[in-house]
Amino acid sequence: MAKVSEILRIENLHVSVEGTAIIKGLSLTINQGEIHVIMGRNGAGKSTLASVIMGHPAYEITEGEIHYLSQPLEQLSVFERARAGMFLSFQYPVVIPGVQVGTFLKKSVQSVRDEPIKGRAFRKELNDAMSTLDMDKTVLSRYVNDGFSGGEKKRLEILQMLMLNPKLALLDETDSGLDIDALRIVAKGINQVVPQAGCLIITHYQRLLDHVKPDYVHVMIDGQILLTGGPELAHKLEDKGYDWIDVTPEA
Amino acid sequence: MSDQAHDAVGDYRFGFHDPENSTIRFDKGLSEQVVRDISALKDEPKWMTDLRVKAYKHFMERPMPDWGNCDSLNEINFDNITYFLRSSDATENDWSDVPDDIKNTFNRLGIPEAEQKWLGGVTAQYESEAVYHSIREDLEEQGVLFLDMDSGLKKFPDIVKKYFGTVIPHTDNKFSALNTAVWSGGSFIYVPKGVHVEMPVQAYFRINAKNMGQFERTLIIADEDSSIHYVEGCTAPTYSTDSLHSAVVELIAMKGAKIRYSTIQNWSANVFNLVTKRGVAHEKATIEWVDGNIGSKLTMKYPAVLLKGEGAHAEVISVAYAGKGQHQDAGAKVHHLAPNTTSNILSKSISKNGGRSSYRGMLQVTPKSHGCRSKVVCDALMLDSDSRSDTYPTMEVGNPTADLEHEASVSKVSGDQLFYLMSRGFTEAEAMGLIVNGFFEPFTRELPMEYAVELNKLLELEMEGSIG
Repeated sequence: MAKVSEILRIENLHVSVEGTAIIKGLSLTINQGEIHVIMGRNGAGKSTLASVIMGHPAYEITEGEIHYLSQPLEQLSVFERARAGMFLSFQYPVVIPGVQVGTFLKKSVQSVRDEPIKGRAFRKELNDAMSTLDMDKTVLSRYVNDGFSGGEKKRLEILQMLMLNPKLALLDETDSGLDIDALRIVAKGINQVVPQAGCLIITHYQRLLDHVKPDYVHVMIDGQILLTGGPELAHKLEDKGYDWIDVTPEA
Repeated sequence: MSDQAHDAVGDYRFGFHDPENSTIRFDKGLSEQVVRDISALKDEPKWMTDLRVKAYKHFMERPMPDWGNCDSLNEINFDNITYFLRSSDATENDWSDVPDDIKNTFNRLGIPEAEQKWLGGVTAQYESEAVYHSIREDLEEQGVLFLDMDSGLKKFPDIVKKYFGTVIPHTDNKFSALNTAVWSGGSFIYVPKGVHVEMPVQAYFRINAKNMGQFERTLIIADEDSSIHYVEGCTAPTYSTDSLHSAVVELIAMKGAKIRYSTIQNWSANVFNLVTKRGVAHEKATIEWVDGNIGSKLTMKYPAVLLKGEGAHAEVISVAYAGKGQHQDAGAKVHHLAPNTTSNILSKSISKNGGRSSYRGMLQVTPKSHGCRSKVVCDALMLDSDSRSDTYPTMEVGNPTADLEHEASVSKVSGDQLFYLMSRGFTEAEAMGLIVNGFFEPFTRELPMEYAVELNKLLELEMEGSIG
């Protein structure tokens, strides 16, 4: 039997922002090769969860722990988490005016890799990733996310993910606002990193799951995971919404 | 470097200094005799001596500007400045003949290397005079004159007399008066009709001595349908006492000519940098100022263009970086004096660690100048809440057909940008460096690549170690 390798383990996590509790006792374990999907209404704390795992300074962990590769995460700053193999695909990727995508990617990849990257090898790697994602080379000379359409931004997020080759991929509503072709391409990117990574996908929609096969679907309500199932749960949520789930917290 | 000096300037890379081995050094302080002595030493024609004396008198009578940073200006002690210092007895055209200590300085600044790689000519000024000068043979053969200003006056007195002080008279301001009185060094360039100087020519200005005053004077004349790109760089050692750099630069672009003048000013933070730069563009001529201000204690400099001929064009792209204890009061002035003239002004400034950057601009359209177009964009980026940025735009529009645009923005680095970049593996300082380089990119891309790379490195270093 293959050895199960633990990537992320969250235990009884409580998180507040400016004194308001947002995550209220959440536990979750993600192993290598697993895809976990979190669904839930707006305001349930899904994006907060992704940001907290990545180390956003605005969120305070009031109770519980996050372990990454069996080490407590608390002491690591955002960039150290990135260098340790964590990646967050942003729901709203930020514009960095005047910084070309090509320069940005190279510097970013160099910052997470130990060995110096070589020009030619890097270009080949980049070309491969871009052709996987059906991206045009002209994007490399554009400024990061500047004037990008929603779909272009998300595609650039996935390109970064492929180049950074993370051990933990967090995707925060990466599928929102994508047409069916873009969705398929994004899924292709996710499927490429999953065998060697653990993956947490936050989404409102079932349709990405036609192309990416989740191992677990979790329902998050009011800062907690109240229900966990397989892919069929996503279909049920899409049909019936969230009202049928018993929201009474466990005693 | 003393602790005090270090506190004042932080980690300035070019703050080293060499022993002062001067061959002639004037006593500190300014008098009519000092002015006459400089002129006599240089064996100048009488008209120049007379002009210097007249300018000296005007300087003495003229009050300090009552605008800009008056408190800082009033700190200048004109009696504690050395007005002339000769460190080498000759201007060499072979680096191996330049005295070793001076040569080493320019080696450390990378000048000889840059010269070999990509420059059409170089002049290197150390204190008051040029110590090295060269021009590529092919340019010389085409009749291009590129000399240090002292040699220019000696060899081409008629051309110098015809143009000197015509764009910036000594009465223009207190510091143009001072420069006219005590000027030494600088560049003299004449590009003949129809000649295009493809490779940039460079001047490098270095102050080494303490309490030094450097007053170079540059005159560039581009004859009809010619073009040239002139690049200047400046650095100085870090001392705890102040030095003064007060240059005058006059450009004349004849009909259809194009002059681009690029500056990377990186003086140490004990240098007052009070410079007057102005060009005249005749019919269909173009003058471009690409002006980067990274160093100095106080800079007051507003590259100007007089659009004198119909269809002339001005382009002023400037960036300023004001760190701790620095005030960059920079900007641009464009005077539309003829019909159908156009101009673009782009100013970008960054303030950090309590630094202050100001944009001071003047845009004038005279009543008879119909059909003029101008666009002014000023962007300021504040890296913390201790810093300051202000804008003083002035517009005098006398002709109703003018098409003018003015945009201004002040922004801060957002927490979202930092989080995004840090999630991609960048430290906070690296993230800041990237944001800052990106902000200056519209300027950097106008520079020769070697300069652009150097500027980006410089800004990245500025961001390191000072993130609170």
